[in-house]
Amino acid sequence: MIHRAIVRRSALVIGIGAASVIAACGGGQGAERPPSSAQSGAGTPASGEAPSVSPSAITPSTVDVLLCDGKTKVNVPQGTPGTAIAGQLMAEWMRKNPNSGWEAEERERHTLQPAADNSALVGQVEGQTYGRITPQDVALWKTETERVATAGSRVFHDAGELGSTIGVSCDMCHPHAANTHPETYPKFQAQLGRVALLRDMINWCIEHPVRGKALASDDPRMRAMEAYILAQRKGKTLEYGKH
Amino acid sequence: MDGPKKNPPRVKGVKSVETKHMEERDELYRGLKDLDRRSFLKVSAAAFGAVAGAGIFSPHSFQPVKVAHAQPVTGKVEQFRFAYISDSHLYERSLNDRFINALMRAVDDVNNMNPQPDFVFYGGDLAQLGQAKELEVGAQILKNLKAPVKMMVGEHDWYLDMGDKWRELFGQPTYSFDHKGVHCVVLNSVVEKDFWTARKLTPQQRMQTVAGLDNGVQSPFSVGAEQRKWLENDLKGKPANTPLIVFSHSPLYKLYKNWNFWTDDADEVQAILKRFNNVVVFHGHTHQMLTNRIGNIHFHGFLSTAWPWPYAPEGLPELTVQMSRPDPFNPNDGCGDGSALVHPDGLADKIYNLWNRNPVTVSKNYTASRGTKDKPSVPVRKSY
Ligand code: HEC
Ligand SMILES: [Fe+2]
Ligand SMILES: [Fe+2]
Repeated sequence: MIHRAIVRRSALVIGIGAASVIAACGGGQGAERPPSSAQSGAGTPASGEAPSVSPSAITPSTVDVLLCDGKTKVNVPQGTPGTAIAGQLMAEWMRKNPNSGWEAEERERHTLQPAADNSALVGQVEGQTYGRITPQDVALWKTETERVATAGSRVFHDAGELGSTIGVSCDMCHPHAANTHPETYPKFQAQLGRVALLRDMINWCIEHPVRGKALASDDPRMRAMEAYILAQRKGKTLEYGKH
Repeated sequence: MDGPKKNPPRVKGVKSVETKHMEERDELYRGLKDLDRRSFLKVSAAAFGAVAGAGIFSPHSFQPVKVAHAQPVTGKVEQFRFAYISDSHLYERSLNDRFINALMRAVDDVNNMNPQPDFVFYGGDLAQLGQAKELEVGAQILKNLKAPVKMMVGEHDWYLDMGDKWRELFGQPTYSFDHKGVHCVVLNSVVEKDFWTARKLTPQQRMQTVAGLDNGVQSPFSVGAEQRKWLENDLKGKPANTPLIVFSHSPLYKLYKNWNFWTDDADEVQAILKRFNNVVVFHGHTHQMLTNRIGNIHFHGFLSTAWPWPYAPEGLPELTVQMSRPDPFNPNDGCGDGSALVHPDGLADKIYNLWNRNPVTVSKNYTASRGTKDKPSVPVRKSY
């Protein structure tokens, strides 16, 4: 379980043996992908692992190595070291998935407040159904949480993703999500004539300054933007209802 | 040199004779200050051509080259008023008419000023993504101004073609002029270090990066060694009591680096300005009411016509009278234009003409007394 969760972090994992090719790669349960068409984040291949050798090698002197996506394939001479094959596969996969670096790129562009550090919990068993909390668990929580917020940052800064008809994105008025005050929601907005949740105000800004279409509450872009906006106000006291 | 005939007929959308004259003359003088011979010939030939074509002057009017270097200011300094418009961030009209309408509103405001200001200063970021069409539509709208226009460049105008189109429309971004005894300097303070070559960014990607206020890939703004040298030269020999106004797009001090509310070599630029008794810096870029004073230098920000920025989370200067939190339900709130009344001592009353609120005056007495006198009324709702 833990192992699977960790390997899933890097979408690019070279399976060990044909059977595990699929198992190692398909295991994401509820993984937050970047909303929209972009591919999920790609880490580096686990370089130490042996590559899976497909049974369908073409010639005796070369082998086809199949990536866990079941599609990306490279043909290499027999005896090629695993790391070299991994590198080639990675390059091939990157070529086909130009958006794969989205997470690193987004984080370089727009700083994100870090998610809480839970390393103090390592070694404890409480509340866990699958044993002691490992450093990998803690790392996974943080990475996955920050990934959702990063996906939100990407939408927040991109007029196209927001569906703006006038080229306007949220950061134009809210750099680093400043002045979004998520800690004050829910609150009564007289202009809306009711109590608004954060997502109502996000939608209001999408419809008005951004001139786009309101998003459904469970739209991945809405979920991601809520995550980003909340992340950026880390440390602020919750004060629902505050104007 | 004689001025053009007074009160020429005015047609909407067509530049007034005065505006044209001022622009052409400034362009010529600006060009002449580049002492390299090739650009001298180019600029002067262009100016002669334009002027002769307009049938206003014979080309001979422009020939005394030495006049280009302004004499040190002597004699009486007269009070005057200039208007400002800034940070319109225009897209093409077909994509976004809101920002266009906002700039037109500002032009109307200024044209309705009575008496008319001596000139209108444009504070930079005329375009949103530096596109030729964006700059052109901006230039077109600004032509409706009755008073002559002085232009300054902002980062949004520059980083698509590194200023080619902007210079074609408006001339060199660094220049100086004297007005009623006050020496005025205009800088390009948005010089960024090359972050794009190593990353293999296209011009569009470079522009998009700079256009994101919170985009950390870009470099901090600076004036740069070349312009600092130019500035030193420009001010050389001027007595310390020369009233001095400096225009820069970014604030010429270090406020908040993450949003480039910042000029990296601000200390060096301030050192050049230090020997003058009174210096006022007017800047764009921050889209908010912003006041500061460092020694002899008084700083005032311009409002944007397009949108207000939040106040930076840290480093806000003590003298700043914050504007009200903008109401998200009113697209014009927190936006506006304004003017400055420049006094004979060179200090200025800065008027923020907020479109949705009462105008606020930050007087010279307020900054001169370091905030102890003449405090502007405080708005109802501060930002938090
Ligand atoms: C043209 C400017 C503009 C754009 C673009 C814009 N907003 Fe706003 N928004 C505002 C202003 C102004 C406020 C009021 C700020 C305040 O209360 O200090 C506001 C308020 C908000 C609030 C509520 C803040 C509070 O204190 O209650 C949220 C949440 C918000 N915006 C989210 C967004 C999101 C998400 C986007 C992009 C989809 C966006 N905004 C785009 C101008 C804009
Ligand atoms: Fe701007
Ligand atoms: Fe700017």
